[in-house]
Amino acid sequence: MNQPAPYVHWGFVVLSLPNLVLIGVMLGLFALALVLPFPGRRHRRPAADEERRDG
Amino acid sequence: MAEGRRAGGSWTRALRRMIERELPTEHLLPDQEPAYVASWVYVFGVVAIAALVWVMVSGVVLAFFGPQWWHVSPQGHVVNSIHFWSVQLFFIFMVLHLWGQYFGATWRDGRATTWMVGVVVFLVSIGTAFTGYLAQQNFASQWIAVNAKDAINSTGAGAFFNVLNFGQMYGLHVMLLPIVITTLVAVHLVQVRMRGVVKPIETEPS
Repeated sequence: MNQPAPYVHWGFVVLSLPNLVLIGVMLGLFALALVLPFPGRRHRRPAADEERRDG
Repeated sequence: MAEGRRAGGSWTRALRRMIERELPTEHLLPDQEPAYVASWVYVFGVVAIAALVWVMVSGVVLAFFGPQWWHVSPQGHVVNSIHFWSVQLFFIFMVLHLWGQYFGATWRDGRATTWMVGVVVFLVSIGTAFTGYLAQQNFASQWIAVNAKDAINSTGAGAFFNVLNFGQMYGLHVMLLPIVITTLVAVHLVQVRMRGVVKPIETEPS
């Protein structure tokens, strides 16, 4: 741990490996959030919030 | 003039009526949401706020006991680590929230100011994190300060924003900037409640 992190050189882009891993984890989390079903979805009333703005 | 005041009402009455009109209490803490909010993408913002709560609570403890405590005592190490890692989570989920809102173009339908307040929260958070790194009171903070002074001086801001001045950086980090972030996050939330969550693009009439 007590040493500089390895760096990835890609043209003019220079990233530390921990930062690259973190970016990958964030992209993975974002993709999962888009595809994973949300629990309790069928029990929600559609567009309840719209009534207030429309009325 | 006096009649005009009686006829038009006082500013406190006008403010009260504006709040009653724009922020009815039954919509401030809703128990129902539109069906399209049932997605994990909408969870990122509230996770960022949860992380911010941990940042604030651990920060208050750190500010109370001081640098020697957080460097030397085991309890201080734990609270210091909670502060550091909750900041990491705050930024990770704030950026994920930003991605979700960007790709949903959520500034639509009169929500531009909500988007802009979020942008300002993000920028102020970067400044707060920066002053936090400078307030660590360790070799890393000295290294960051000595390098950053040249960057800050090149902008001309070094005369009134001196990164080598621990008192100034610490004061900004523990008092001024947290007040700004907390206020802006509160405004951001109220704006979301006032206008509701934006409809997904595919439900918009073409």
